[in-house]
Amino acid sequence: MDFGRISRRHLLQGGAALTLGSALGVRSAAAADMTVGFIYVGSRDDYGYNQAHAQGAAALKKMSGLKVVEEEKVPETDAVEKTMESMINLDGATLLFPTSFGYYSPHVLKTAAKYPKVTFEHCGGLWTDKDPKNAGSYFGYIDEAQFISGIVAGHSTKTGKLGFVAAKPIPQVLRNINAFTLGAKLANPKATTQVIFTGDWSMPVKEAEATNSLIDQGVDVLTCHVDGPKTMVENAAKRGAMVCGYHVNQSPLAPKAYLTGAEWNWEALYPKFVKMIQSGEKIPNFYRGGLKEEIVKCSPYGEAVSAEARKHADDIKAQLVAGTYTIFKGPIMDNKGKTVIAAGTDRGQKDPELEKMDYLVEGVIGATS
Amino acid sequence: MTTDVAEPVDAVAVAPAADPGFLQRYGTSIEYILIPSAALIAALGVFGIFVFLFGKNPLDLYFYMYQGAFGTWFSWQNSLTRAAPLILTALCTALPAQLGMVIIGGEGALLIGALSATGVALLLQSAPPLVVQLAMACGGMIGGGLWIMLSGGLRQFRGVNETISSLLLVYIALAILNHLVEGPMRDPASLNKPSTREIGAANMIGSIPGTDVHWGLVFGIIAAIASYILIYHTVFGFAARVAGGNIRAAKIVGLGVSKLILTICFLAGASAGLAGMVEVAAVQGRTNANLAAGYGFTGILVAFLSRQNPLAIIPVAILLGGISASGGLLQRRLGLPDASVQVLQGIIFVFVLASDALYGRIGFLKGKS
Repeated sequence: MDFGRISRRHLLQGGAALTLGSALGVRSAAAADMTVGFIYVGSRDDYGYNQAHAQGAAALKKMSGLKVVEEEKVPETDAVEKTMESMINLDGATLLFPTSFGYYSPHVLKTAAKYPKVTFEHCGGLWTDKDPKNAGSYFGYIDEAQFISGIVAGHSTKTGKLGFVAAKPIPQVLRNINAFTLGAKLANPKATTQVIFTGDWSMPVKEAEATNSLIDQGVDVLTCHVDGPKTMVENAAKRGAMVCGYHVNQSPLAPKAYLTGAEWNWEALYPKFVKMIQSGEKIPNFYRGGLKEEIVKCSPYGEAVSAEARKHADDIKAQLVAGTYTIFKGPIMDNKGKTVIAAGTDRGQKDPELEKMDYLVEGVIGATS
Repeated sequence: MTTDVAEPVDAVAVAPAADPGFLQRYGTSIEYILIPSAALIAALGVFGIFVFLFGKNPLDLYFYMYQGAFGTWFSWQNSLTRAAPLILTALCTALPAQLGMVIIGGEGALLIGALSATGVALLLQSAPPLVVQLAMACGGMIGGGLWIMLSGGLRQFRGVNETISSLLLVYIALAILNHLVEGPMRDPASLNKPSTREIGAANMIGSIPGTDVHWGLVFGIIAAIASYILIYHTVFGFAARVAGGNIRAAKIVGLGVSKLILTICFLAGASAGLAGMVEVAAVQGRTNANLAAGYGFTGILVAFLSRQNPLAIIPVAILLGGISASGGLLQRRLGLPDASVQVLQGIIFVFVLASDALYGRIGFLKGKS
């Protein structure tokens, strides 16, 4: 085949170029004790999911003896396998953070099996015993922070109508909507959450439409679970509604309208991971935690949050951190009147049943399908 | 197309006595290599200036582009892997172009092809792998073929502009995919990433021996060569080019234009559908939203850069595969944003299209100087 011949010729040229190149760029990679690679599915300044991870990467850049390489907008196809291999082969990376959910299976699993000496830490996947030992998955119970947001929202709303712009009716999203609503009802038993699903993770036009339509229906506090909350936050603030953020702190986008928000705390977790590796300790393959483990956090309260709301939220937060509070505590009904968690049943943060959530609790206006 | 026909006539007319053989015979072919190469070099030059304005050294840029795309055997495999689906999706635009049709809906045919192939594989689970793989290929090609045939039919029988209809059909295909993947075809175990069930490891088609590149590359090269033979060396292809040149003249000489349009559209869609099948059978192992990675849209670019010549698609796809492979290295070493690769693709596109004006106008290729 023709390209085979070309490839050999270029391979020789490439070899020559490489020896030249090792004098230039490749050397800087070798100078660091450890190279860490970050891969994002979107742009790293999206005020959302990817920025949260990029902030974690920025925390690693401050550590000495560490080189951080980053690549953004890598699709969830074999492109990410090649990006991981490129980071390993050309940059010498030994720890990789492929941060998008869709990277895990089959791409991370395949690449991890191929490079057993490299550590792969994936966000959101469900690592099982059958998966390679050098791969692992971590995630945070961010519904705890959404619960706190819900309490603040419940205190702040005047109409009693809250809005939720959501991507897809999958368990992680439903859990956030439900926790937010349960929190709001704790503060204001009559509060309802109207949810709109946009159908995908990054749909700015639909997110703006959903935000406007929620506000038109009388909603005065909004939150969301999409990759980039920027659209919702800016539009809601422009219309005079209040917002609770998600993924990262969006208060710079809407300083007056911002109440609080559910944030990832990757800038605490990633340095912890690196220190574990440097001290020869093994990172558990399945790593989870919430407010207590400092994997998630709440944004500082905005000026519009009343003293009463702050007190209530701080009180519950302290109990969550102490591990004495359960959010999903029976009896809980779904919004069709069916009991989903029976009276007397406590579903704690690590309960696997919650990972399969397929209902919306009483007080949520909307449907999962 | 017109230059193609006009050029030899021109060359004969002005052929001097000095060197009648070589330039006369190969002048056109040299033009086909020289002009796009010059356009490419000019585009790289402009991109270098663009990068220089951002304070980066253009020489570093060229070195890293070369290293990331073709500098090592790994980089070659990276580029070829990315090129594989592009050859097939580019044919989806290049084949109808012979008939003067502008089809830009290869992405839709790819998605439908992937869905059909997955459906077939899931129905035939007990069959031997080879049967499943062949059935998947047929399923993908028929699914994708019918999808683009729909655009062709709408144009021929209902006067609907095929460019618009094929583009809109992409969104319909995506909606169908999302509906099936999140509904009837969903694997109940795919909680947070709705997907179909897996086709099974035994049914995967794997890589070309000795490489990491999947078989899609070979399928693409075979399809491109077959298309070239079909268009330039068969009566059918001649009829298609006649119809593409002047559809009324084609009707007057009694060519079955409807049949030509439907057949060519089917073949075009089948090729994109095959790309979808390969994505499932060689990369993802199942269907989910990851498949909508934009291969169909990049294919349009490849087809236009190849000036709709099926053979030229092969090197152009490899070149664009290389550019996207090196994009990662540009991000990591030079800190350029991902969008810079799109800027480069845009510049190349403009230069190659503008260079169309040069064909038949380069003096020395006519043997004059």
